[in-house]
Amino acid sequence: MSLTHDDVHRIARLARLELDDQEAAASLEKLNGIFGLIERMQAVDTAGVEPLYHPQALAQRLREDRATETDRRDAYQAVAPQAEDGLYLVPKVIE
Amino acid sequence: MLELSLNQLAAGLSAKQFSCVELTQTFLDRIAALNPALNAFITVDRDGALVQAAAADAARAAGAVGPLAGIPIAHKDIFCTEGVLTTCGSKMLENFVSPYDATVVARLKAAGTVMLGKTNCDEFAMGSTNENSAYGVVKNPWDLSRVPGGSSGGSAAAVAARLAPAITGTDTGGSIRQPASLCGVTGLKPTYGAVSRWGMVAYASSLDQGGPFAKSAEDCALLLNAFAGFDEKDSTSAERETEDYTRLLAKVPADPAKPLAGVRLGVPKEYFGDGLAADVRAAIETAIVEMEKLGAVRVEVSLPQTELAIPAYYVIAPAEASSNLSRFDGVRYGHRAAQYKDLMEMYCKSRAQGFGREVQRRIMVGTYVLSHGYYDAYYLQALKLRRLIAQDFSAALAKCDVLLGPASPTTAWPIGQMADDPVQMYLADIYTVAINLAGLPAMSIPCGFGAGGLPVGLQMIGNYFDEARMLEIAHRFQQATDFHAKVPAL
Repeated sequence: MSLTHDDVHRIARLARLELDDQEAAASLEKLNGIFGLIERMQAVDTAGVEPLYHPQALAQRLREDRATETDRRDAYQAVAPQAEDGLYLVPKVIE
Repeated sequence: MLELSLNQLAAGLSAKQFSCVELTQTFLDRIAALNPALNAFITVDRDGALVQAAAADAARAAGAVGPLAGIPIAHKDIFCTEGVLTTCGSKMLENFVSPYDATVVARLKAAGTVMLGKTNCDEFAMGSTNENSAYGVVKNPWDLSRVPGGSSGGSAAAVAARLAPAITGTDTGGSIRQPASLCGVTGLKPTYGAVSRWGMVAYASSLDQGGPFAKSAEDCALLLNAFAGFDEKDSTSAERETEDYTRLLAKVPADPAKPLAGVRLGVPKEYFGDGLAADVRAAIETAIVEMEKLGAVRVEVSLPQTELAIPAYYVIAPAEASSNLSRFDGVRYGHRAAQYKDLMEMYCKSRAQGFGREVQRRIMVGTYVLSHGYYDAYYLQALKLRRLIAQDFSAALAKCDVLLGPASPTTAWPIGQMADDPVQMYLADIYTVAINLAGLPAMSIPCGFGAGGLPVGLQMIGNYFDEARMLEIAHRFQQATDFHAKVPAL
């Protein structure tokens, strides 16, 4: 398998990463090297093997539905790039 | 004070041989003198540390305190620390001051430790050399022209240089064990689920585990006592009884000359293949012979999927990373680009400017393997291999108590050697990534020196939640040898 220049731009777009043509060319070479390594997995026949998503077979714990956290909105918004009146500010989304 | 164990430091504080303020000042002075050359710390919280030290002195004067009260420590800069910068080695978080403490941080604080600062690491823990930090490469204290390993390279280098007696790290694919090996210190990655991940900035959530770096196995056990254990804030935290990780260390062996009598050491043949450097092989073999002299028995075992653990890891970890790092969107925290015309451009520019090259590569690999049409061929195939890898370990550990081998195929290599070659760098993780895929505990202990006097680490892999046993074996080895007590000339 080999990625194309268009593939790299498509992946970068999906990943929300701006990438100019020069960076895309450099990334293409590196990513193809990495996928060359990853392709080695195809040598193993894994038919009938169950995927292992997680090292421990864990059941999600349930807890009583009660408020445990105090209101720390100001502390959390203090680290936001732009916040005002308790709201996070972003560019206009709906015209 | 620099060479004392944690128990000796606590005894010195109790006996008033030195105060906690004096102890803290000693380490702060050493950091001020040596950190400019090593770059092991990103943040040094001098004022905060001295305030905490004075409080620890007052607490000691007032009465009963725990074994770590007044002990100076540091955290890998990937643990959130309230009021102190947490950068994750990234430009993305260069101004991020966490509004809360990670569970590991909170527990060590409650134990009365004094935080000296935050240690350098590869960006978001992605790297094997510390060259991926936005705050500059860490130098290996044994040879300043060489890497300390990664991603917890700052933690390992700082313990090796005696800038702090104990420091936390995290290990997703070897990030505690490999730098411990390359810097000649003791580092332990606990069983997945043993240490809370709450407040530890996520790289790959099914693999990440926090753990200790220290001068000895005994010190690591004391640290685990303070910060391991169930945490309801982490949905993958194991619900187990609180355990004393030091409980086997004081046991008096029936035959003092054979403290490892009855211990079966599994030696996987795949860990001694062609890729292993001759000097590392020699040091590991000598260490195994030493353990046999102490009464242990060698058992030959096999881990057939060893080589395929690398591609499986470099699918699963990036897949999880691409999902975890989507939270850095320039909205709630972290870097936001100065100029953008709409929301999409704000995301794309902020992330491209905030993340370094390797992090962007892993996000792209992860995005691709999870995308429509490629999921089965890559992600699902990697997860199936993951099961085969875990089964290999179960079969091997049925024949022995612990597995032994190298943590890194070579000693520390020169800065820059692999910096632009991700595939070569990934291949160097051959002895560590499989352990994370299986979720097993493992540690690296100093076991000798290779060419040029560079340290070699012995990796010990245990069964699930068998840390106390591993620590006991490591402790017996350290009682019989002095590799862990060797310090670099600085």
